[in-house]
Amino acid sequence: MTNHWTDVANSDYIMVIAGNPAENHPAAYGHITDAIERGAKLIVVDPRFTRSASKAHLYCPIRSGTDVAFIGGLIKYVIDDMEANPGNYNMTYVTEYTNAAFLVHPDYKGPPDLDGLFAGYDEANRTYGKSKWTYLDAGSTEGNIIPVLYPLAEGGKGVAKKDKTLKDPNCVFQILKRQYARYTPEMVNKISGAPVEKFLEVAQTFAKSGAVGKAGNILYAMGATHHTNGAQIIRSYGILQLLLGNVGVSGGGIQAMRGESNVQGSTDQALLSHIIPGYLNVPVHTDATLQKYIDRVTPKTGDPLSLNWWKNTPKYITSLLKAWYGGAATASNDFAFHYMPKPKSGKNHTHIALFEAMEKGDEDKKEKVKGLMCWGQNPAVGSPNANQTLRALETLDWLVCVDMWETETSVFWKRPGVDPTTIDTEVFQLPALGSYEKEGTVSNSGRWVQWRYKCADGPGDARADLEMLNDLMLKVKKLYDDDAAAPNRDGILSLTWDYAAEGEHVDPRKVLKEVNGYYVTGEKAGQLVNGFANLADNGSTSCGNWVYCGCYVDEASLDAFENANKAAMFPPDNMGNRTARRWTADVGNAGFGSKPEDGYKPIGLYNYYAWCWPANRRIVYNRASVDLNGQPWDTEHPVITWFGDAAGAWKGDVSDGGGKAMVHGGHAPFIMRSEGVGCLFAPNLGTREASLADGPLPEHYEPWESPLDANPLSATKNDPVIKIWRPEEQSTPDEYPIVASTYRVVEHWQAGQMTRNSSWLVEQMPEMFIEMSEELAAEKEIKNGDKVVVWNTRGEITAVALVTKRFKPFQMNGTTVHQIGMPWHWGYSGLSTGDSANVLTPSVGDPNTTIPEYKAFLCNIRRA
Amino acid sequence: MAKAIMYDATKCTACRGCQAACKQWNELEAEETKNTGSYENPADLSYRTWLKMRFTEVENGNGLAWLFTRRACMHCTDAGCVQVCPTKAVNKTDSGIVYIDREKCTGCGYCVEACPFDVPRLDGSRVTGKAKMFKCILCKDRVDNGHEPACVKTCPPGALDFGEREDMVAKSEARVAELGDDALLYGDKELDGLHVLYVVNHPLKDHKLPVNPEVSPAVTLWQDILKPVGYGVVGIVAGGLLLNYMVARARMVKAKEGK
Repeated sequence: MTNHWTDVANSDYIMVIAGNPAENHPAAYGHITDAIERGAKLIVVDPRFTRSASKAHLYCPIRSGTDVAFIGGLIKYVIDDMEANPGNYNMTYVTEYTNAAFLVHPDYKGPPDLDGLFAGYDEANRTYGKSKWTYLDAGSTEGNIIPVLYPLAEGGKGVAKKDKTLKDPNCVFQILKRQYARYTPEMVNKISGAPVEKFLEVAQTFAKSGAVGKAGNILYAMGATHHTNGAQIIRSYGILQLLLGNVGVSGGGIQAMRGESNVQGSTDQALLSHIIPGYLNVPVHTDATLQKYIDRVTPKTGDPLSLNWWKNTPKYITSLLKAWYGGAATASNDFAFHYMPKPKSGKNHTHIALFEAMEKGDEDKKEKVKGLMCWGQNPAVGSPNANQTLRALETLDWLVCVDMWETETSVFWKRPGVDPTTIDTEVFQLPALGSYEKEGTVSNSGRWVQWRYKCADGPGDARADLEMLNDLMLKVKKLYDDDAAAPNRDGILSLTWDYAAEGEHVDPRKVLKEVNGYYVTGEKAGQLVNGFANLADNGSTSCGNWVYCGCYVDEASLDAFENANKAAMFPPDNMGNRTARRWTADVGNAGFGSKPEDGYKPIGLYNYYAWCWPANRRIVYNRASVDLNGQPWDTEHPVITWFGDAAGAWKGDVSDGGGKAMVHGGHAPFIMRSEGVGCLFAPNLGTREASLADGPLPEHYEPWESPLDANPLSATKNDPVIKIWRPEEQSTPDEYPIVASTYRVVEHWQAGQMTRNSSWLVEQMPEMFIEMSEELAAEKEIKNGDKVVVWNTRGEITAVALVTKRFKPFQMNGTTVHQIGMPWHWGYSGLSTGDSANVLTPSVGDPNTTIPEYKAFLCNIRRA
Repeated sequence: MAKAIMYDATKCTACRGCQAACKQWNELEAEETKNTGSYENPADLSYRTWLKMRFTEVENGNGLAWLFTRRACMHCTDAGCVQVCPTKAVNKTDSGIVYIDREKCTGCGYCVEACPFDVPRLDGSRVTGKAKMFKCILCKDRVDNGHEPACVKTCPPGALDFGEREDMVAKSEARVAELGDDALLYGDKELDGLHVLYVVNHPLKDHKLPVNPEVSPAVTLWQDILKPVGYGVVGIVAGGLLLNYMVARARMVKAKEGK
């Protein structure tokens, strides 16, 4: 989330798209209720009339997989309206805080020019060369075009040419206008099935949030990300919100509603294959030295207005290496950078790729994957193409499942229809404690890191994950110690691992302090580092995750407000642990002098409740909430306010980047970008600031499995660079004309192990079901409550038919398309069993993230 | 002082945390259910389901609405079940909670027939007299100790509130005024005042809430005429027979009407 849950209540317009918070975020939904009570308008856009839609002022249906077309239509509406009625929009925001005025490389071509493609397409390798997807450098002269692309060509200034009148045909604003000119309301209908008048109602309503002082919010979830163009869908939200001046302001922004209590934390700590903690790029095999890695991933700029925060990358990676390798990391040995494992550049290590490698063998070494540890994960239910997943599991020598319950994954060897004697995999089940049976932090959607206490003992031999992990690593270390020939032996043995002796309790505070970071040399040695601004690149500090730096400090480092309320704010066993704060009065960031008597206007920041990364900043990009003089656009909901040099600083939230207001020698608002502004057009500037793989602007392509013969927009039907593992499994509309989508219900959770074993929840939602329209049911002679079979090229499932008015066939300019929907919670193990929806989902992925396409695929249906 | 629950259907998302919380606090076993083509489950109230949410899809000129309606005891002021109970097992507290003393309950089932909202449920055999009546008792144990009912405590979207009845009425009226045209408050006047107030913005019939609910005439007869004179053996027998007859008749009529 750019903002946080409480702040949603400050919104004037809320668009929930690709999410269903009333169902899947039931507790957090209360903040939406608050917003509505204060007069906000709720818009819900979804293929199906959901529990959220039941509470909306305005509901608009769209076919699964057409989000970019829908949002593209909104972008076109806003651009047209902005030109006709600029007074209704915050044009200063658009020209000064976005790259609308930036000139783009003159050789850039886009979908309107190339029939759906961007410049640089390499058909043979299904990839793009992105060299033209960038700005025109201000150092360019006639006849000497210099792109802003590092390393800079001679004469390059590292700053784009600009036209703040937004009239130059090569400026981002005009390119954006050309890109979305094709996305008319009629085209939106033709692609998405959204009725023209409903679409226009949404456009007219949400565009009102573009007025100065109004805030529009976009809330999304997995309905956006689980697509082959998921990353571009999110980008389209970013473009719309930047045009409307909604990013950085209270009640605005883009909110990723996290579907699991600590999924934000797992991302922050890099349980992903492309990053290491703190969103640093993963080093690859070509990064022979630390300096090479730093040169590759650290963005540069020649713009004096840009703070370019990522220029601090050397401090963060060095401090991370010091946290990991301690005394073994020194300036003379490159801070032990050579110990870090480095995957082959460009190789895919995400979910589908792993399970494909498991079944087929590793693509390079032709070696098999021997073992798998499933830590709180149930891929037999949650993976796409579940039958493939199960085949892959059968190839393993060993499997470790760490969970609170027996899962489909842990008993895959005795699943229905399988002879256990034919499967050689040795399976270990380690019983884990639930989150309420241990203490530690959980990071919520709004980036609040919150300490939780243990409230009950766990059953039997169940243990905390942290303790299991500690024992495991101590044993691994022992094995390496015993084997002088073990590969990367020094790397394993040098790894800092001083949490507790084997079999003993591990105090999670010790881990959190390591994550926060210490001074390791000098007079402060041994003290905790109070904020990432104090991290160094010379080995004098350690930090396990720079974005968490400042979450746990020494008593001496508390700010004035904390100090004054120390006894009430910090429990004795958590002195200095800011994640344990529970200060329910909203006093703003009083440490910056924003006490009520200083004129702080409470907008629900709650800066002293828990701790929020980065730097306890509750609303990121908050420098965009003020004008060039540092005065809030919205005086009712001021996030921060500049009080000038005399008063000393910013008041309100922790301001992004500090310093002065922009016209008084300060910096541009978007400090995490090297150009300092929000990107309507996402240029390709270097490794960290590479464009997305499928274009600098979102373009609608049909899902890999589309009910249409062609893309109504261009000759390019599918996203030309998506990752397809099993082309032979593509279900086509001649045999499988029905669109299907998977989702969750409030009564069950994820792959179901926690809820399908709870009798009170099973009572409410006892069986796997398929939702469909009355029209489709009539066509297929299906009655409500019948058992039905849904099938496609990958398998078939049986479930109960739920015939409802809440699904309607899509009428797309004369073409009728049916869509059905199904929850993905069920499997063959537990109190309530049923077929898994993921038997039907394909092994295709977004070209940027390779997240699986769970939300738009084809199938057919019949009565069982 | 009279207490009341306020249920604001316009805020309810049917997450059914209330259903689960009710079972948890009152230690009610789960039922074995089937999906019959609806989100709604269990299918009906029962001796171990005292609260359930009803889901109704309504489509008219204003488009589609998915209505959620709380189904549980309304805790009427003019409570038919209290009036009709021959053993005084069903009683009202000063705060308006209609509760049941199962030690005294003989399982006659008169309360079942007397309820205009079809709420009380029996467990056990009526013939052997071992049946007992079960229904929501507004978490009397919690309320007596100064807590809100379990359903109210758990409600994430804030659709449920609990407090002094007059405060809840005022709050409901304010909410109705805020919602405007189609909104109405149900339960303020019905049966001399319910202790569960509903704020809805769709017609009552769409919510399947009875318009002008009344206690059946049979109950009135028992209460006003037979009970005062009927504590002699003859009276009880005669009254009981008559009531039985009328209840049976009422049931036949209901059956005929296809209910």
